[in-house]
Amino acid sequence: MPEAINNQTALVEFRDVSFAVNPDTSGPILDRLNLTVAAGETVVLLGESGCGKTTTLRLVNRLLAPTSGQVLVEGKATTEWEVIRLRRRTGYVIQEAGLFPHFTVAENVALVPSLENWEEERTRRRVEELLSLVGLDPARFADRYPRELSGGQRQRVGVARALAADPPLLLMDEPFGALDPLTRALLQKEFAELKSRLGKTVIFVTHDVREALLLGSRIALMDKGKIVLLETPEDFVRSDNALAKSYLETLETDLALAP
Amino acid sequence: MVEFLKSNWADILSHIAQHLWLVFISIAIAVAIALPVGILITRQKRLRGPVLGIANVMQTIPSLALFGFLIPLPFIGGIGPRTAIVALVFYALLPIIRNTVTGILGVDPNVREAAVAMGMTDRQVLFKVELPLAISVILTGVRVAVVITIGVAIIAAEVGAGGLGEYIFRGLRLNDNRLLLAGAVPSALMALAADFGFNLIEKRFDVSASRRQVGRPLRVAAIAVLALGVLLMGFAALKSLRRNSSHNRGHVTVGSKDFTESILLAEIVAQMLEAQGVEVDRRFDLGGNLAHSALLAGQIDLYPEYTGTAFTAILHHQPISDPRAVYDQVKREYEQQFNLLVSDPLGFDNTFAILVRGDDARRLNLKTISDAAKYSSQWTAGFGHDFINRQDGYPGFSRTYGLQFRKVSDMALDLTYTALSSHQVDMIAGNSTDGRIAALDLVQLEDDRHYFPPYEAVFIVRRGYERSMPPCDSSADCIDPVPWVLADLGNAISTEEMRKLNGQVDGARRDKKVVVREWLVSKGFVKP
Repeated sequence: MPEAINNQTALVEFRDVSFAVNPDTSGPILDRLNLTVAAGETVVLLGESGCGKTTTLRLVNRLLAPTSGQVLVEGKATTEWEVIRLRRRTGYVIQEAGLFPHFTVAENVALVPSLENWEEERTRRRVEELLSLVGLDPARFADRYPRELSGGQRQRVGVARALAADPPLLLMDEPFGALDPLTRALLQKEFAELKSRLGKTVIFVTHDVREALLLGSRIALMDKGKIVLLETPEDFVRSDNALAKSYLETLETDLALAP
Repeated sequence: MVEFLKSNWADILSHIAQHLWLVFISIAIAVAIALPVGILITRQKRLRGPVLGIANVMQTIPSLALFGFLIPLPFIGGIGPRTAIVALVFYALLPIIRNTVTGILGVDPNVREAAVAMGMTDRQVLFKVELPLAISVILTGVRVAVVITIGVAIIAAEVGAGGLGEYIFRGLRLNDNRLLLAGAVPSALMALAADFGFNLIEKRFDVSASRRQVGRPLRVAAIAVLALGVLLMGFAALKSLRRNSSHNRGHVTVGSKDFTESILLAEIVAQMLEAQGVEVDRRFDLGGNLAHSALLAGQIDLYPEYTGTAFTAILHHQPISDPRAVYDQVKREYEQQFNLLVSDPLGFDNTFAILVRGDDARRLNLKTISDAAKYSSQWTAGFGHDFINRQDGYPGFSRTYGLQFRKVSDMALDLTYTALSSHQVDMIAGNSTDGRIAALDLVQLEDDRHYFPPYEAVFIVRRGYERSMPPCDSSADCIDPVPWVLADLGNAISTEEMRKLNGQVDGARRDKKVVVREWLVSKGFVKP
């Protein structure tokens, strides 16, 4: 019942989270970060490489554990979760898709269902449904291997795989970053429609401000391990923040250069 | 050759089977050890360096040294297939461990991260992702290990483990090319077949095959050509020793067989000739009957030989025990058949010495071989390939003395001494002049039925060597030093002296040249 989910219901919450690879010798990658992601919204972490946005994402499904502070998923600290459970309830899409080269497209998409021991028929129907959802004809693509796909097709399979077990939360780390500009624009648009249709909660990492404005319910601008600005796209473009302005300038230059 | 194959095919097949069995067992054990170890050190970074280091060092140990080291050890040592398998496993470990590590660490980090993030357990990541993706690299490691093992298993014959090495060593000792080929050709084919077969399997498992397929057949071809090339080079080298008779002018080339005593005798002559101002080329360490072949081919001018060896192994006579008769017949027939000269005997007889441990000899009061014969049914014996196979060796010996051993092991002569002193065997046939007889407290039993033929040391000299001596203009310079030196050495070395010289080198690890130099000075053959 979507109505029951009030906008204030936090699906993911960062409480004073710091992270350092080696707390004794190196400085923190994240410094006392606080962030609340409400159910159904898409928070885009925007920033340059090294600002800690990927680290933030990896703390959610406990590929990393915080050095101090707490990351709560559905109200429970990630360190309290049984880690395998947590990860299977969390979709994850990365830049090069990370498809298993020795699995067919169908087997890749069916990964989590098969780990969860779904019945064969249910898995098969789910795979077909998802491939259609991401715009791949199951009859043509189900039995191919990843190396027989284009970059954009691989990334579509990556999204389908992340959605397979219908997780409430989707983590995406520059999923469209390695694609050519035309394919990237197409996938961004399709994904924007898809996520509003599915009502998933998404945390999305990018360094592309245009992508952030297109996909984000809110944009978290990160710099040196902190969130320096957290605004809706409408307020983000009006912000006085210097860093936000410099991002928007690149956007304007791009627009000015466009024919 | 066809005749030979016809009458020996069953024997050859059983040796091939033995060889395959050795290889199969060794590889199975090596995989069972190396795969888990390889996986472990992909998880435990700190162990990776030390483990790979140890495996690396293992592979650099020369195989004969490893066998010598293993023989006295309990459980994994001794003589027979067990020792061979331990050594073969040692050599097979490194390529499998290394390729397991390379294969697993070579898995795309994105793929591994996705696997973890999808909620796979460590086991699932290993068995469903890492191993399937690494399998073709791991198989390459196994393939390399198999090819290495097929080769090293040849050496297994040295510790009595059987296999194709028996033919090769026997062929070398007896100067019989048919035996050599019966060992070398099947093992080479085996290696090629294994290489080719594994390639096909790897290809099946290679998930990125479409990218690499083009390179594969080329690589198979390259390896096959390389292996064939090595084989042909080996044969060419052997042939060239026989055929090539080009010679360095102006000096004498002294050859020797491949054991200490032969080298010492050759060195004695070399230093004496050098003292006379002759330039000397040394071609030592010629295995089997290569020295004889090299002499006939004009590659060397003289080398030390034993009358008994010349009589039986080269002239192919039935052994007889009268030293004088043997010497006379060898001298006559060498001249007639080969146009080779035989020097006067040097004064000692390096015959087979039937050896037992000193404490056994004292406890059982053993003096002669006949004394020991009654214990033979409780004993095991260890004999060199040479002794087991030659006419005047084990078959006649056991008949003459009525010996019935519990077991007879065919192994490298050098290793029999260690095997005897470490109670792996109870009787061996060594050489009467070996320095280890005294060093290891072994006792030589008297040959009371005069079975063993004489093995008096002599030098064999090629006629025509004098053409390479320098031209002379004054009569004093025209004296050829070679006959004088050989005349000086006639009856000059006793069995005890030879044993002492051998002991200095084999036991005390002293330099051969220095030992010879000191002896020559002490005898007054060269000035200090």
